[in-house]
This record gives sequence, C-alpha cells and structure tokens, in this order.
Amino acid sequence: MKSQKLTPYLMVSPYILHLGFFVLFPIVFSVILMFHRWNIISPMEFVGFQNFVKLFQDRLFFQSILNTLIFLLIHIPLQIVIALFLAEMLNQKIRLRGLLRASYFLPVVISGVVVTIVWSQLYGQDTGLLNRILVNIGLPKVGWLIDPAIAMPSIAIMATWKNVGLYVVLFLVGLQSVPPQYYEAADIDGASHWQKFRYITIPAINPTIFMVVILSTIGGFSLFIEPYIMTSGGPLNSTVSAVLYIYKQAFTYYHMGYAAALGFFFAAIIMLFVFIQRKVIERD
Amino acid sequence: MKKWIIYSVLFLGAVMFIYPFYWMVMASLAPSSDIASLTFLPSSFSLDSYIHMLSKIPIGRAFLNSMLVSIIVTSGVLIFSSMVGYALAKLSFRGRDLIFYIIIFTMTLPFQITLIPQYILMVKFNWTDTYLALIIPYFMNAMGIILFRQHFKTIPKDLIDAARMDGCNETHILFRILWPNSIPTLVTVGILTFMATWNEVLWPLIVIRAEKLMTMPQLVTLFAVGGRAEAQLGTKLAAAAMLAIPILIAYTFFQRYFIQSMASTGLKE
Repeated sequence: MKSQKLTPYLMVSPYILHLGFFVLFPIVFSVILMFHRWNIISPMEFVGFQNFVKLFQDRLFFQSILNTLIFLLIHIPLQIVIALFLAEMLNQKIRLRGLLRASYFLPVVISGVVVTIVWSQLYGQDTGLLNRILVNIGLPKVGWLIDPAIAMPSIAIMATWKNVGLYVVLFLVGLQSVPPQYYEAADIDGASHWQKFRYITIPAINPTIFMVVILSTIGGFSLFIEPYIMTSGGPLNSTVSAVLYIYKQAFTYYHMGYAAALGFFFAAIIMLFVFIQRKVIERD
Repeated sequence: MKKWIIYSVLFLGAVMFIYPFYWMVMASLAPSSDIASLTFLPSSFSLDSYIHMLSKIPIGRAFLNSMLVSIIVTSGVLIFSSMVGYALAKLSFRGRDLIFYIIIFTMTLPFQITLIPQYILMVKFNWTDTYLALIIPYFMNAMGIILFRQHFKTIPKDLIDAARMDGCNETHILFRILWPNSIPTLVTVGILTFMATWNEVLWPLIVIRAEKLMTMPQLVTLFAVGGRAEAQLGTKLAAAAMLAIPILIAYTFFQRYFIQSMASTGLKE
C-alpha cells in the first residue's frame, strides 16, 4: 500500500529533477549572474547595477531589439496574408489538395540552415537568381543582403517563405470548420465574394489569426541562425537580432554577467509583448 | 472564381516552395563554372562538389551524431513525458495541480532567460564537448507532457481499474496497456521531438566545440560561415543538400504525419 502512494511521485520525479536543474536553477542563477562580471575562468566579481547601466547605454543592443521588431513587423503581416490567401485557394473544390499542401509545407520541415544557405545564393548580388530575373526583365538589381535598409526585410521574406506552409495548414483547418450553410445563406442574400470573406470567413478564423500572431511573435523573437549564416549581422549591424547579439556577448566575448542581464531584459520584453497580445485578444 | 486561375495560382505557389530545393540539388551536382548562371539544368553532372566537401568535413560522422542524439532524445521524451502525463491525468496525489500549472508556466518562459545559466551548468558538470550536453537537457518536454496528459484523460478509467485488479503495476499499465492505445500521440510527440532535436543548431554551437562531436546542422553551419568552403558555392550547397536529404526522404513517405504533428502544436492551444 505504501509503495502505491509513492508511485505517482516516482513517476513525476524525472520532471521535478529536470525542472530544478534546467529551469529553476537557471532562473535563480541568471538573477545572481546579472549583478556580476564574469568570464567563467576568473572568479565572479560583484558589480551591482553596473551591467544595467551599461545595458541602457548600449546602442547596439537597442538596435538589435529594433532590428528584431522590424523583422516581426514585416514577417507577421506578410505571413498571415499569404497563408490566408493560399488556404482560401486550397479550400475551393479542387483536386490534388494533399499534394499542393505537402509542397507548401516542405520548407517547414527542412532545417533553417539549409534554407538560409540556399537563399544566400538566391539573394546574391551579381549571380543570384533573383537579381538575374530582375535584370532579364529590365529592372535594376536589388541589394538584397548588402543594402542596410533591405537586408532585414530580405531575411523576413525568407523566414515567411520557410514558415508559411505551417500557417496555411492551420488556416485550412479553420476554414473547413466554417459551416457551409453560412455561405449558402449569404449566396441567397446575394453577397459578393469579398463580403462573404469579410463577414463570414474572417470572424470564423479570428482565433486562428491570433494564434498565428502569438506563435510567430515568439518564433520571431528567437531569430538567430538566419542572420548568423547569411549576414553575420551586417551590413552596418542592420541584421543583428537580439539573440545574435546576446550570443556574441556571451560566447564570443565571454561577458557572462552582461549577457545574462541582456537575456533577462529581452525575455521581459518578450513576455510583455505576448502578454499585451493576449490582453488584446481577450478584449476582442 | 475561374477554376484555371485557382489552379495556376496554386501550382505557381507549389513551384515557388519547391524550386529553391531543386536548384540546390542541381547546383550541388553542377560543375562550379555553371552555378552562377544555373536555372534549370547544368551543362553536365559531376560529383566534384561532394568529393571536395567530404574531404573537408566529417559529414558522415556528423550524420551519425545527429542520428544518435535525436533517437536517444526522442526515446527519452516519449518515455518520461508519457510517464509524467499519465501521473497527471490518471493518478491522484498531492501537488498534482501545482505541477500542472508549473508546466504551463514554463512553456511561456522564453529560452533567452535560461540559455546562459544552462551553458554554465554544462561547464560545471564538465559536459561540454560530450553527448550528455546534447541529450540530458532535452530529456523532458513540457509540450510532450501536455499532449500525453490530454490523450490519457480520454482513456476510460475502467480499462485502468481492470488492469489494476489483474495485479498490473502502474508502469506495466502505462507501457503495456496505454501505449498501444496511444499510437497517434506517440507519433505526434515523436515527430515533433525528433524534428526539433535534428534541426537544433544554437545549443550545439554553444556546448560543442570538438568537430567529431558536432551535429549535422552545426557542422554545415560552421562550414558555410567559416572559410573552409573556400568560397566554393557548390561545396556549401553539397553540404546543405546532405543535411536536407534525410528529412526529404522521410517527408516524402510520411508527409501526412509530419503535417498533422506539426500543425497540432498550434491547434492544441
């Protein structure tokens, strides 16, 4: 009887251990760490709020946050519009829906490393496919990855291309849950395509839209490998994402205390963003 | 809307999603002089890029490392998160609800906050440059626990009570009776975990510095950004193709399961 009472605790014990070592300890330790200067090798040195004073004067850190926000600002609307458009098209009475859906989904399963290496070539200045097409149809070349104003949007376009298939599938599920009677009733009333889309489809898939916004916000805030491979943050630091900046502080310069402070501050911004988004959703 | 317009748009879309991968494979098989002007087919096929790449980096070893780590992590997650999910769904004990709320809370916690202390933990354990650093921190997965808990709640209590009457212990019930009735959830959690582990690159970049222990995406990343590809496009693309091919093959056969699993993370919330 005694052992039966213990069983549940034994079963959850791996989780408790994992929680202690890999979640609780890191949170506590990062709070301690951000008040210290430490390069891992020499002893930790207490510096009070110095890391935060440095943080608020660190223009490159705030630029990296701004870069990340620019990425989100392009990536999220683009993704919703394209995903919704493709899902709406797929939701018509058509053949080969499974095959088409599978091809849109292909970049979702392929490693971001592969996608970034390939797109680095497509975006190439002289021999890249996109500029070759532009030149062929008589347009000027675009400095996809060398123009500081365009490099981050280029990365956002690539990220949209990589992820949009997932959201096509989510929207398609949403669209298929709309009862067909709604559309039939609207047809009888003589509603146009646009009216049906605006007043039946959009309200019905609102929860999906919000979910897509939150998922891609969290995903976008962790932007790292794309600029790491494609531009290493350049040109003129225009593609340094916040995670890339924290990574460099921690693992290139070994400013562990400072990087912990940056990580904490940035995590707070993310949680604030997601919190505000959730509030807006609940209000609607 | 006219049918042919819909089909043209949809097929154009499909081409746009597939073409870059097609281009990658063709460019990796093209003579290096061809790549700058390649659109559909190279003037001739050659394996030079692959031979060059193989002489530069231990890609075969990296493939085995990635396989080993992904398989062990996936098995671990299936075993441990189904165990926790089962306890949360079907057993009653003090603190059960608290643990559930903690799990939900940790899912909202950004990784940016724990990344650096986790690295320091690896240093203190002397786990950097070992497989342990790639495996142990990933052995538990909040999403997996939630998915298993949700599924186990739908299994009738009578089934479990009957098994207990027959003298089965809880682990026997979980692995012998519930697992065979949970194939879709096992597949979903399995694919999600395997894909996430296979594609992870930030964490390996941090904890692994020895080339012979590198995972495949890490090795290909460092090859692409470092100078070792000697600016030869074909060689980089050959490395990228090697990284894509295992998943491409798996996806061709099991695309339905991939799509269902990955879409379920979004749908379950």
